[in-house]
Amino acid sequence: MKRILVGIKRVVDYNVRIRVKPDGSGVVTEGVKMSVNPFDEIALEEALRIKERGAAEEVIVATVGPADCQPQLRTCLAMGADRALHVQTDTPLEPLATARVLRALTEREQPFLVLLGKQAIDDDNGQTGQMLAALWERPQATFASKVELSQGKARVTREIDAGLETIEVDLPAVVTVDLRLNEPRYVKLPDIMKAKKKPLETLTLETLGVTPRAQLKTLRYAPPAQRQKGVRVKDAAELVAALKQKGLL
Amino acid sequence: MSHHILIVAEHDGRTLNVATAKCVACATTIPDAHITVVVCAANAAAVAAQAAAVSGVHRVVTVEHPMHEHPLAAAIAPQIAALAGPYSHVLGPSSTFGKDLMPRIAALLDTVQVSDIMAVESATRFRRPVYAGNAIITVEVLGGAKVVATVRTASFQAAGTGAQAPIEAASPVAPPAHTRFVSVSAAHSDRPDLQTAGKVISGGRALGSAESFQMLYRLADKLRAAVGASRAAVDAGYAPNELQVGQTGKIIAPELYIAIGISGAIQHLTGIKDARTIVAINKDPEAPIFEVADIGLVGDLFEIVPQLEQLIG
Ligand SMILES: Cc1cc2nc3c(=O)[nH]c(=O)nc-3n(C[C@@H](O)[C@H](O)[C@H](O)COP(=O)(O)OP(=O)(O)OC[C@H]3O[C@@H](n4cnc5c(N)ncnc54)[C@H](O)[C@@H]3O)c2cc1C
Ligand SMILES: Cc1cc2nc3c(=O)[nH]c(=O)nc-3n(C[C@H](O)[C@H](O)[C@H](O)COP(=O)(O)OP(=O)(O)OC[C@H]3O[C@@H](n4cnc5c(N)ncnc54)[C@H](O)[C@@H]3O)c2cc1C
Repeated sequence: MKRILVGIKRVVDYNVRIRVKPDGSGVVTEGVKMSVNPFDEIALEEALRIKERGAAEEVIVATVGPADCQPQLRTCLAMGADRALHVQTDTPLEPLATARVLRALTEREQPFLVLLGKQAIDDDNGQTGQMLAALWERPQATFASKVELSQGKARVTREIDAGLETIEVDLPAVVTVDLRLNEPRYVKLPDIMKAKKKPLETLTLETLGVTPRAQLKTLRYAPPAQRQKGVRVKDAAELVAALKQKGLL
Repeated sequence: MSHHILIVAEHDGRTLNVATAKCVACATTIPDAHITVVVCAANAAAVAAQAAAVSGVHRVVTVEHPMHEHPLAAAIAPQIAALAGPYSHVLGPSSTFGKDLMPRIAALLDTVQVSDIMAVESATRFRRPVYAGNAIITVEVLGGAKVVATVRTASFQAAGTGAQAPIEAASPVAPPAHTRFVSVSAAHSDRPDLQTAGKVISGGRALGSAESFQMLYRLADKLRAAVGASRAAVDAGYAPNELQVGQTGKIIAPELYIAIGISGAIQHLTGIKDARTIVAINKDPEAPIFEVADIGLVGDLFEIVPQLEQLIG
């Protein structure tokens, strides 16, 4: 069966104003809205479109994380994924360990394409996809804004600093998606009902043979440096004068 | 104990990207740094000579292979992994080049990556932004693991020149055939580069069309500024993607940043936190951009921008 595997991460919703806890132990997440990482929604949307074009038969979503990640997996099933894998762990994994878990899932599911977000908007690491590709010894196409599949190959347009780059990779491959790849669909109410009946399988790190290793320790969180309060000017002439005074014109 | 640091050079085949000199600047803040720059290229001589001149560089290693005509992570990563053995740190810039490449290297070396280093506290302790820069974390690499990292270029001043480091050639390992370069469409312009420009003028959704963005280009030319854009402006097609500033675009640190018709969403602000002076022009006095602006002007950009153009002359 031609399968696409999509990595999903549950993150603090992008609209939430992040506050660092006064004791520096983390950011406030109690009572805060959690969502699917926006890039992962785009990855899933792309997988669904590929399936709807007939180029794939099954879309599997997978997440690694604690029990409370399941609502996000259900959202993905409601969007149209066929089944979900929840690798349940309370240990915070580093990207290399997350990549190892996904690598084990590629062994289990044999996808021809793995779609991930280019970065998770909480940790902002942007590592998991590239690490998975290295462990899997397969190509990577990061920051994708266009994906075209044909005969065992993918032609991917990438958003790079200089502009747009196109590369061709043999499948299977890992593609990490950028914001302009597509616009994810809205979930409709009947789909939420249907999603409740779709398969959601729970796995453990042990069954996948992954032993996480802690190589990185977060010592403290701090709020970013605040900028000094600025001034208001009343028109263009005052603005030019202010800039001249600062030696900027 | 000295720390042997390997920096992966970013270049276009002819010119060393300034991001590399910023990585060198970051590396020199690691105690007892002994710095090697590796240049993977089809023909490395010109870039290697520039790298050898960067102050703080002790040695340059070249790896020449036709596959390195264009920078493909799948081809470069195994070269770096093959060289990395004696080094305690392997660094690259947090440009799209480095973001694509470095995690692949880290995984090949079975080690951690620290993304977007903004400050070095010790050889194993670093500060980096998370949550779009809304929190800064201090992380410690444990157990003597090799440190692979990307350097947040906006946090470092490029190292100067004047060194005369020796250049050596290393033999390449065979790159994989599964990844092929097809094309790149880069908009070449005579304007300053967004990432290194001293002044940047950015436009947002309020510009309303690619035609009105021309107004910003004209103003930018008078100020010798680069042009940037918000995501909304790029998504709407008013400006090309390489002009996007923010969490998922470019992180920049100009002397002067002028935001025109940009609301100031956190994802945008994370890209301009290090700008020296921020100017905001917006018709909504409550727009969040005013919370970070050093100079704010409330008004209609379609009146103000032409006035500025005249006043600056
Ligand atoms: C000290 C520490 C504490 C942490 N605490 C928590 C915590 O309490 N809760 C929590 O949820 N995470 C936590 N994490 C995050 C961790 O488990 C991440 O999944 C992992 O570090 C990946 O990094 P990233 O999120 O920056 O991913 P990136 O590399 O930026 O992500 C890229 C893409 O990889 C995929 N991906 C990333 N993570 C996962 C995942 N878990 N499952 C499936 N696909 C994924 C997504 O498609 C994503 O878009 C913690 C990490 C550390 C280091
Ligand atoms: C995961 C994720 C990543 C993102 N990454 C980025 C990123 O990298 N960069 C980025 O910019 N955004 C990013 N965004 C989007 C961001 O959240 C905002 O949607 C975007 O920055 C808004 O762009 P804007 O300010 O141009 O538009 P708007 O928010 O629509 O603001 C337009 C502003 O123009 C003002 N205005 C209107 N007419 C006039 C006039 N005639 N004269 C003067 N002012 C006027 C309005 O008052 C308003 O403040 C990201 C979002 C997500 C979810």
